[in-house]
Parts: sequence; structure tokens; C-alpha cells
Amino acid sequence: MSIGAVVKEPGSSRNNKTGSWRTFKPVKSDKCIQCGICYYFCPEGCISTDIEIDYDYCKGCGICAEECPVKAISMER
Amino acid sequence: MVVKVISSAEAIAEAAKRARPDVIPVYPITPQTKISEKLADYVADGELDAHYIKVESEHSAMSAAIGASGAGVRVFTATSSQGLAYMHEPVFAAAGMRVPIVMADANRALSSPINIWNDQQDSLAERDAGWIQIYAETGQEAFDTTIQAFKIAENKNVLLPVMVCVDGFILTHTVDPVELIDQEDIDEFLPPYEPEHSYLDPEDPMSLGTLADPDHYMEIRHDIEVALENAKDVITEVGQEFGEKFGRSYGLVEEYKTEDAEIILMAMGSICDTIKDVIDQQREAGVKVGLLRVRVYRPFPKEAIKAAVGDATLAVLDKDISFSAGGALYLDTKSAVDNPTYNYIVGLGGRDITPSHIEEIIEKTKNPEKDVEWIGLKE
Repeated sequence: MSIGAVVKEPGSSRNNKTGSWRTFKPVKSDKCIQCGICYYFCPEGCISTDIEIDYDYCKGCGICAEECPVKAISMER
Repeated sequence: MVVKVISSAEAIAEAAKRARPDVIPVYPITPQTKISEKLADYVADGELDAHYIKVESEHSAMSAAIGASGAGVRVFTATSSQGLAYMHEPVFAAAGMRVPIVMADANRALSSPINIWNDQQDSLAERDAGWIQIYAETGQEAFDTTIQAFKIAENKNVLLPVMVCVDGFILTHTVDPVELIDQEDIDEFLPPYEPEHSYLDPEDPMSLGTLADPDHYMEIRHDIEVALENAKDVITEVGQEFGEKFGRSYGLVEEYKTEDAEIILMAMGSICDTIKDVIDQQREAGVKVGLLRVRVYRPFPKEAIKAAVGDATLAVLDKDISFSAGGALYLDTKSAVDNPTYNYIVGLGGRDITPSHIEEIIEKTKNPEKDVEWIGLKE
């Protein structure tokens, strides 16, 4: 370990896959109209502009499902 | 070389200037204010080429100090009492991030009741932070220690922040002749800071102050323990080198007439000057009494204390109190030696400690009744 826990390799936070914290998983259906609201609201930046969900880091907060105007995202166990 | 009759606050500012800090984030607070004022003058007058950050609080002062030091430059700051308490959180972080900041603390009582006068409760409440703490007895020592502090902090085997503690008002606002070492001699003793473990370089990015999970935290904290142990040798070496160059040597502790002493008083800071006078008088009267001045409180110089106390009875003076347990120096001393040890709580909130109080302490230690006793309380 480095002195003072200095991390000299950039991007090391990616090693911590926070998706493991998740209880409920957002699942997108074909009702999606690609409006991008979930992309804007996701606090973890886990939804891409073409509305693909990154389950490695999605913590399952459910904000995307709550905000979706056409109810295209459901939270599943 | 010039000798000036100045306060310790000015002596510290003169020393800090000669250490050529690049960044000074500081917030004024009585009785430290003179240090921050003088440094502001030097920067404004062009005598010191440093970035002086007028922060909005002590929490910000220490946070800015960490940021600047983490970016790889030399940093000085100063505080006191409530200010130190307010920066408590980043004070711990500074040691954890191993940034070699030097900070002067003008020792002052903590609220409540609010009190601007001297005791040592403020810095002793930070004893677990991982900082090195050095307590100066005189204005000259405050100057000399501030210079040494950078060399100690920046040593590769240490890399820890250093707190230079001076008794508020008693030292910060009273004047003494102080020999101000010339800039070129200081430059030779204290070369420019060359950061190794952390620095700001877009070509070689790094993160400082990151999360450490239970798999890593203990090792990183243990590193601080090792570094503080290393600091004992480094402080001694730097103190000796300083002596060889400038004629005044410093160590972890100072022994004053302890060799054949049956009672040894232990204390830190300016009170030791008064104690030495009382010891001289008592020695003339045939009382075998001495003083062990603890100059460096963290790292705690267990070995040096053990070697100095022989089988004397110890009377530990504390200008602080861990309520219901005793003073900090007493508790640490008790844990280090097996000698009969008694504690006297003195001088809280600037209450005068007179030679007659010291005599009273020596008398009480001959026939001790209590482990911890408060001296100088009104009836």
C-alpha cells in the first residue's frame, strides 16, 4: 500500500462494483420511447444515452423507474 | 544573525517566513492572531513569496492546507483553542493523508466558559490525531522548533504534520530576546520541499484522501504508528544537527537536575522556566528535586522518560484535564513507567502558576494523599 493511501492508478473506483449493493433491479421493457429522462435522473450515471443499464454499478435506487413517463422501467427482485 | 526582542508569535512568524512556505491558509484567533498578521504583512510587503489564503474558518484553513500540501508544496498555518477544535476533522485527515504541514498552536483554554487565556487543553485534545506535537519553553525555542518542524515533517521516514505548541499570552504576547537565524543559513539547513508520495501533476494523476475499506484501513493507520515511532529518531537527529549548526541542541525531553533527584517534576511548555527557578532554590536548601521537561509529547518519548526518571517519585503537572481520569501527560506517564506518580492539575484558563504553587506541589509529593489533585483552586 502507498503512503497515506495515495492511489496512483487512475480510475480505481471502477474496481468497486457497487452493483452488489442492489436489492431491486431496474428492468427496461419495450414501452421505452428513448426520451432520456432516466439517463438524466440516474444519480450514478449508470444509464447510457441509448438507455442501456450498467448493472455493474447500478445500486437499484429506483429513481429511473419512478421518473419514467411511460412506465417502461420496472423494479424487480 | 540578529537578535530581536520579540514575542513568540513574532518569532514563529519570522521562522515560518524563513522556511519559505508556498501556501499559508490561516484564520485569525486570539492569541494566535499576531502570527497570521505578521505573515500577511510579509506577503503584502513582498518579503515572502507565498499564497496567503484568507479562509472563512479554521475547518477551511486545514482543508486548504491539506489540499495545498497534497499538491506538493510547503504549507504553514496557525491556530488556537476553538479554532483547533473547529478543524478537528481535517486535523485527523492531514495525518492520515501524510501531508507534512507545519502548524503553530497558541495554547489556549477550550470553552465553556469561554476563556482566551492559556492552558494546553486544546492541543492535548488532539493527541490521537497522528500529528507530532512539540511544546516550546521560550520564544527562542519557538523560533528554532518552527524551523526544525518542517525538516522533521518532510523526512521520508516520517511524512506527518507537526504542531508547534506555544503557551498563549505567556509566550505569544510577552517579549524575549530571540536570535533570528539568517535566511541563507536556514536555506542550507532546510532545503526546498521535494514531494514524493503526493503531488499535483496532470501527467501523472493520483488520488489522495480516498476510501479504504476494512481490508486496508488498519494497515494505513498502522503506517502512522510506525512513522510516529520513526519520528523519535528524526526529531533527535534534526535537533542535534540544528545544535551543531546554530549552537542550540534539542531532544525529545530535557533533563534538569534529575540525576540524583528523589522527586522529579514533569511538565510541558513555558511553566518549565518557573519550575527550574524553584528547583534551583530547593536544591540550595538541600532538597533533591529535578525537572523532566517533555518537549515532544507526540510521539510520546516513553524510552527517554524511562531512562531519565530512575526510581524517583514523579509529580506531573498538567494544564489540561481528562475529567475523572487525570491530565494527559500524567496518564501517558503512568502507562510508561512504574514509578510512584502523582498528578497536579494547574493553570487552567490562564490561572497563574506561581513559584509557591510549585513548592506546594513538591511538598505534597513528599507525602502524597491523592493521585490527582487540583492546585491553585480558590476556597
